[in-house]
Amino acid sequence: MESAIEVKDLTKNYGEITAVDHISFEVRKGEIFGFLGPNGAGKTTTIRILTGVIRPDSGTATIMGYNVLKETLKAKQIISVVPEMANAYIDLTAWQNLMLIGELYGVPKKERQERARRLLKEFGLYERRNHLVRGFSKGMKQKLILCMALMTEPQVLFLDEPTSGLDVESARLIRDTIRRYNEDGTTVFLSTHNMEEANKLCDRIAIINYGKIAAIDSPENLRMESSSLKSVEVSFNKPVLANELTEIPNVTETKKIGDKIRLYTNKPHNVINSLMDYTRSKSLMIISLNTLAPTLEDVFIKLTKEHRKD
Amino acid sequence: MVEQQFLEQLKRAFAIAKKDLRIYYKRGPVVIFGLIMPLFLFLAFSIGRSMPMEQLFMGLLGMTLFFSSMSIGPAIVPFEARSGTLERLVSTPVSIWAIFIGDVIASFIYGLLISTVPVTIGLFLGVNITHFLILCFGIILAAFCFASFGVLLSAYPPTDVPSTVMMISNLVKFPLIFISGVFIPIHGWGRIIASISPLTYFIDLVNYCTHGTSYYSVIVDFAALAGFTLLFLIAAVKIHEKTLPERLR
Repeated sequence: MESAIEVKDLTKNYGEITAVDHISFEVRKGEIFGFLGPNGAGKTTTIRILTGVIRPDSGTATIMGYNVLKETLKAKQIISVVPEMANAYIDLTAWQNLMLIGELYGVPKKERQERARRLLKEFGLYERRNHLVRGFSKGMKQKLILCMALMTEPQVLFLDEPTSGLDVESARLIRDTIRRYNEDGTTVFLSTHNMEEANKLCDRIAIINYGKIAAIDSPENLRMESSSLKSVEVSFNKPVLANELTEIPNVTETKKIGDKIRLYTNKPHNVINSLMDYTRSKSLMIISLNTLAPTLEDVFIKLTKEHRKD
Repeated sequence: MVEQQFLEQLKRAFAIAKKDLRIYYKRGPVVIFGLIMPLFLFLAFSIGRSMPMEQLFMGLLGMTLFFSSMSIGPAIVPFEARSGTLERLVSTPVSIWAIFIGDVIASFIYGLLISTVPVTIGLFLGVNITHFLILCFGIILAAFCFASFGVLLSAYPPTDVPSTVMMISNLVKFPLIFISGVFIPIHGWGRIIASISPLTYFIDLVNYCTHGTSYYSVIVDFAALAGFTLLFLIAAVKIHEKTLPERLR
């Protein structure tokens, strides 16, 4: 499969701080690529470099074969961005904002009017098209910003925290739209904090921390590869100290979660057997017992912690 | 191919200018420094003095064109940097030079439109404009020159606080008004200082069009205005290009 985005050895420093540190990755055509990382990890800086807003100190990046540094305008012509900060022109109407974007991308007048009408109807903003954006709610603004990005029918769509702070309905509408446009062939580069969103939407995920890529794989593979994060969750009929259970063989860590105790292990079967012996020896009764695969959040925390230690 | 690309970019610069005019013409700093300030200065200079109508016309036109053409330009970049719209503009397929030319065009059109007011007043009051066509060309060139100067003034420091830029721009504008002979003719060594101000050449042109006399020849006035325009335009684009990453941090 061909690459939509290719990044090699990209680095960006702000004074003494290295925001992006020699990262390399590729995004395949037609995939939804998630970019996960804690605040300040380098997600927005990477998006700003890829969208031609800032220049890297070293390294290369190509979008659909166009070098972002040398063929900036050609690369910008085929991409669109939904930046983290809402930034439609609040003193223009929704319609004027869309027309402006159409003009800046050289979309012919008739076509941009048709696209704007279709998108505004699709996002439920058509009735408000002649209202100033100043009076829009956060959700409406975010929908408009997505409309602005889709006005240009981009081959690659960059989204930086697109559902951050939105109500459930607006967030769902935006996620459904991302999915639909991706099915129609748009490659999506999605930066998010939201594990659930990344898990549901992305074909592959890169985890970035301290400007470095910690892992790249599909959400499922990332979860499966973190075997040490498998766990057994147990609750007893009497209170038990979580610390006591760390002595059970093959248990690496224990955590008290409500009335349950979670035991992390890479051998759940052995731990269950040991737990049975433990309950008999202590005259306890097991109320519930579950084996759990690691969540993407567990993997994320583990990888970002490991990276911090490095 | 290159020409086609250039024309396409110019078209996009006009789209930016249209947006600027829609948004900024009614902004507080633009109205205060573009309309109210020249009016007050005009009144301060003219009330209680027996000045010939042509002299008053020259002062009013010079001041209005200078202030109005320079009022939108400095406001745009800090406002847009603050609201996050500058980042959106930079991410679109529009060259950096086209973005700033768009801002210059907006200021130019605004200055041009506002300048029709003193010209109409002058004609209504019977000011004798002997070289009307030269005056029109002079207004067009001077408006473009002052608009470029306005955009240049917002290039450094790379702040997102509009009042800082407005303060700096006024620090530059006011001395230029006084050394350019807008109301009081400059003589002797003052002429040397006056020659560093683009407004001097426009005032000289207006003088020629209304009095028939001028300090410099019309060609020198036009050449100086064109030279200043080119200098301001190139400097504005280059410095903005350099300071843009700072604004987008």
